[in-house]
Parts: sequence; structure tokens; C-alpha cells
Amino acid sequence: MIYFFQQALNAVQLGSVYALIALGYTMVYGVLSMINFAHGDFFMVGAFLCFVGAAVWHLPFVPVLLLSMGGVTMLGVATERIAYRPLRNAPKVSAIITSLGVGIFLEHVTLGLNPYPKYIPPLLPSFSFDLGGVSVSTFQLATIGVSFALMFALHLIVNKTKAGLALRAISADRAMVPLMGVPVDKMIALTFALGSGLGGAAGVMYGMAYPVIDPYIGIIVGWKAFVSAVIGGIGSIRGAVLGAYILGTVEIMTAAFLPSTYRDLVTFSLLFALLIYQPSGLLGRVEIQKV
Amino acid sequence: MRTLRKALSVKGAAAAVFLCALAVSRYGLLDNYIQLILMLIGINLILTLSLNLINGYMGEFSVGHAGFMAAGAYVSSLLSVKVLAACSPFWAFPCAVLAGGAAAGAVGLVVAVPSFKTRGDYLAIVTLAFSMIVKSVIENIDSVGGPRGFLGMEKLTTLPWVCFWVIVTVWIIRNFIYSRFGRGILAVREDEIAAELTGVNTRNVKMLAFVVSSFFAGVAGGLYAHLLQYISPGTFDIIKSTEMLVMVYLGGVGSIAGSIMGATAYTVLLEALRPLGVWRMAVMPLLLILLMIFRPRGIMGFREARWLVPGSERDGGVKR
Repeated sequence: MIYFFQQALNAVQLGSVYALIALGYTMVYGVLSMINFAHGDFFMVGAFLCFVGAAVWHLPFVPVLLLSMGGVTMLGVATERIAYRPLRNAPKVSAIITSLGVGIFLEHVTLGLNPYPKYIPPLLPSFSFDLGGVSVSTFQLATIGVSFALMFALHLIVNKTKAGLALRAISADRAMVPLMGVPVDKMIALTFALGSGLGGAAGVMYGMAYPVIDPYIGIIVGWKAFVSAVIGGIGSIRGAVLGAYILGTVEIMTAAFLPSTYRDLVTFSLLFALLIYQPSGLLGRVEIQKV
Repeated sequence: MRTLRKALSVKGAAAAVFLCALAVSRYGLLDNYIQLILMLIGINLILTLSLNLINGYMGEFSVGHAGFMAAGAYVSSLLSVKVLAACSPFWAFPCAVLAGGAAAGAVGLVVAVPSFKTRGDYLAIVTLAFSMIVKSVIENIDSVGGPRGFLGMEKLTTLPWVCFWVIVTVWIIRNFIYSRFGRGILAVREDEIAAELTGVNTRNVKMLAFVVSSFFAGVAGGLYAHLLQYISPGTFDIIKSTEMLVMVYLGGVGSIAGSIMGATAYTVLLEALRPLGVWRMAVMPLLLILLMIFRPRGIMGFREARWLVPGSERDGGVKR
């Protein structure tokens, strides 16, 4: 039983990382109906900025977090400005292919600069508390705490501010909103800023949990996060968080109770089955096709 | 009469290309490196055409074609190593490749079923999930080497064989597009509900499109396995699928000529940029992004080379 609770804690930790990344996917999708395949690589850049902050500049935890979030936010906004905005009116697939291209570009620029996997030194003093037999490390506490705080902040921005209202309006009806005087381009840039910032934070969280990083981590972790967004129903913010914790739980529990090589098999089979029965995810909007 | 002559000239050109390939590999007219590149172009071309059928002509978005390729590669390699090893390779190899294609086609059926209900981005995820499942299953079967990969195939893929399969693929896909089913596929792309209302059996159309597409992806997988003589689950990951997507959209969706150009340009550029080392994969996507910004539909997007259109379809279907 204690083993189970220990694994449940790991699941919450992994789910938090997925949730932070999945939010970036789902927000961009909600506003632009575009899958930003480069988002996983934004996360990877976040992890590498965490390495730079921690190993090269020897900064403590909070400045490293701010560095990663700030750096990736700028990267996200710049990518949107340079690569995606010229394609706003092009066919949807061009934007998707461009995002794939941006992803490959980021991976290999990082690879060119860091040919070997990097080790991120511990950012926090490492000790663990004992909670009725379950040991809780400072890393886990920081990951879960910071993720919850960031998600709560996002919730406030989206639901309580004027900018958040504009975001929700754009996602509801993109043709009408510009007529109401909402600066759509600025709002899209804001979406990318928020989403990438969370991705950067996720990079730091991931780097604390799995300190050896290479330029390809963004691919698999990014796709997993994307899968969580789809499980929850892409475009839905609550759905992304729900999907991320479901995915984290399934992954950790499969690895804990079955041979760990079955992890991807079980995860993706569940996704496959879910999408057959619930084609728009758990909390996604059902698209009604009109003739 | 003119159409007949034109049709003959296309077939003649295909035959000439095949004979050239035969002569090149028989007498070693080109050095092995160039032959290898030509074979890779051919394999990529088959993959690109296969993906273009789903992404370009049917308007769905598959990101998991590496899964079909993996199925074809493993089945054909297993056959040629474990079953057909004693037979003459002249007969055994096409059988193995065909069997690989058939296996991939069967696997394609599994993905076709969710496509009845799911569309667009969600179907993309279904195909992605599916390719991950294939990869993961192979990793967990120890008798085919698991994550270590599988080897023991002889180098049976030669330039004439690749050439043969490329011609077969172009020929079948082109005829398929202009057949009754092909019209159905285009109708599904333009408007699925309207297609259904005008009597297109969308289920059959989707199923057939997936089976044909995955069949050719499997064939390409079989050729690939017998060219490199080593396959592992890691070969058929998301990066492979991404590569195929890039080739399709570089050349232009919904165009056979575009696929030919896309696959050739991509393979040749990657080789030409080899002196850049790691940085070539940073330069390549930059070129792709620039192309997308200045030419969002790819090189050929929805346009077709004249010689690939059947005579009766040219000039808006007016017979001359």
C-alpha cells in the first residue's frame, strides 16, 4: 500500500510536468486551431536554459526558473512573429509543417551547441521528509508546488482578466472578435507567451526529476504532453490538466506494476481506445458538422 | 491517336528508365554511393506517394506512417531470413516485399476503422498512437530482437528492384486517383457529408485508401530493410514520420509529380548538406520554413505534371 502511495506521488509529479506542457499545446490550439509541434522543443530549450543557469552560472532555484520561463517566453513569441504570423491566412497544414520545421531546427541547433548529454546539478538541497512511510523529496515538493501555483495563476489570467476574456472570445469565434476591437495579433502573441512560459517552467521541473538531458527529450515528452491535451479534449484548459494527470498516473502505474517496457504500449493503446469511443477527448467540445 | 502515342511514350520512358537501372547495376556504371542515394530516393518516393494518398488526396492528417513502414520491414525481413532463405532470391525477394506490403495493408485496416468517426487532428493522434503501439510491440517481442533490432537479411535491394517498385507505385497510385474510388477520395477531402449524400460509400473509400497507402509504406519498409540489412524499432520513430511529412509538403500535396520532386529534393539536399555535419539538420528545416512562408502549398501543390494525367482527363476532360 505504501508502495502504491509512493507511486501515486510520482504520478502527480510526472503529471504536473505533462500538465504544464499540455497547457501550451491546448492554449495555442484553442486560439489558433493549430497544433504547434515545436512546443515540445520549447520545453527542451527550457531544460537547457535550466542547465545553463544551474551548471554554468551557478544560480539558485528561483532565478533559474525565471531564466527558463523568460527565455522560452521570448523564444515562443519570436517564433510566432517570424514563422507563424506570415502563415495566418495560408492553408492550415503549412503552419503545421512550419511548426514541425521549427521543432527540428531547435533540436539540431541545440545539438550543434551541446553535442553531449548534459547533467543538471541539483537546484535545491536534496533531502526527503517521511510522510507515514511515503518519502517526499524536496524536488517533488517544489515541482508539485510550483506547477500548482503556475496553473492557478493561469486560471486567474484566463478567467479573471480582460486579456483572458479576449482569449476566450477568440477561441469561441475568431471571425467576430476583431470586429469588437480586440487586437487579435497581440492576443495570439500573449497566448504563445503564456504557453511557452509554462513550457519553460516544465523544462526546469523535468530537469530536476531527470537531470540528464539531451536535445531530443522534447520529442517524446512533448508528444506525451500533446497526448494528454488530446485525452482531455484539445482546446480545453481544464481538459489538458485532467488528461496530463491521467496520463502521468497510467504511465507510472504501468511501470510500477508491469514490466516497464510496456509503458508506451499501454499508454498509447489506452489513447487509441479512448479516441475510438470518445473522438473529441474527455472535456473537448463536440464539433457539430453543419451541411 | 495522339493520346495513344503519348501513353506509349510515358510507358516507353518508364521502360527505358528501368533498363538503364538494370544496366547501371549490372555493369556498375555509377559508383556505389550514387547508386545508394538513387535507391534511397526511390524508397523515399514510394513513402511520399503513400503518405500523399492520405494527407494530400484524402485530406486527412496521418503522422504515423513509420508504423506501417515498420510492419512491412519486419514482416518481409522475417520472411526472407526465416522462411525463404533457401529459395532463390530472384523469387523470394519480391514475395517477401509483397508479404511485407500485405501485412502493412492489414495493419492499415486497423487505423481505417477509427477514421470512420474521427477526423482531423484527432485522427492524426490516432495514427501517431498507432505507430507508437507498433514500435512498442516490436520492442517487446524478444524473438525479433526487441529494441536491439533485427539483422541477417541479405542485401537484395538493388537499383532495378527499387526502380521497378517506384514505377509500379506511381502507376497504381495514378490509376487509383483517376478511378471511381479515387473520385470518392477527392470527394471525401472536399466535403465528407456532401460526398456521403451523393452516394459515395465513405467507409469503403477510407478503408481502401488506408489499405493502399499502408501497403506501399510496407513495400518501402521491405526495400529499406533489405537495403540497410539492419532494422530496429528506433528506425521507425516519429522522426521518420516527420521526414515523410516534410517530403510530402515540400513537394506539394495532392500531386504525384510533387511527391517525386519532394522526395528527390529532400534526399539530395540532405546528402548535399552532409559537409555541414550536425548543422545540416538545422539548415534543412530553415529552408523548409522559408519555402512554407513563400510558397505555402509546396512546390507543386494540387497541380499535376501533364504526363501523369491520363489522356482523357487532360485539358479539363475534353477529348481531342
